[in-house]
Amino acid sequence: MLDIALWTSMALVVAALLLNVYRLAVGPDMPDRILALDTMYVNSIALIVLMGLWLNTKTYFESALLIAMLGFISTVAVCKYLLRGDIIE
Amino acid sequence: MTLYVLLEGVIAFLLIAGGAFAFIGSLGMAHLRDFYMRLHGPTKATTLGIGCMLVASMLYFWVIDGKPDIQEMLITLFLFITAPVSAHLLAKTGLHLQLRHEDKTRGNPPELREEEVGEKPVPHPDRGHG
Repeated sequence: MLDIALWTSMALVVAALLLNVYRLAVGPDMPDRILALDTMYVNSIALIVLMGLWLNTKTYFESALLIAMLGFISTVAVCKYLLRGDIIE
Repeated sequence: MTLYVLLEGVIAFLLIAGGAFAFIGSLGMAHLRDFYMRLHGPTKATTLGIGCMLVASMLYFWVIDGKPDIQEMLITLFLFITAPVSAHLLAKTGLHLQLRHEDKTRGNPPELREEEVGEKPVPHPDRGHG
């Protein structure tokens, strides 16, 4: 039961990543692309967690935490750049 | 024995729900029409999806190892704190850049209204005082 759920969830997350890539390539404006990148960070964390479940190891959760932090900081930085024209004033 | 079967069912349900919510969020982001609508999908549905998946992972490793692990809880907490902040910043960026919006988008904040400069005569503030 767990195997089927794991593979279904993985397929759904990969489909979500493909939709994010579509929005990243098409997105008419800059905030659309930032939003697509932010969602890609979250979806890649989901994929890492699923890989940890699949390989039965906890080693990759540190990288998931790192990706979460760096994704938030980069989103904030690019938004600040678009808002103010500068990141650290 | 029955407990393990029950826990496996709960973990499988949380995994499926997480994958479905993540997919629905990204589908909304790819499908909706303007930026202010697109912001809704990833910020709410995807966050709930990843929360479901992390809780499923925490339960799984709790059952396997016999003791709870703090790391998944930490990732969940961090994501749930940071998602509204980044969504707020993205909405502010969209309003600042005055992105194109559909007529059906409700709210009509002052940043998106048409400029009224020079269209109507402005009454003089001193009128009535001579």
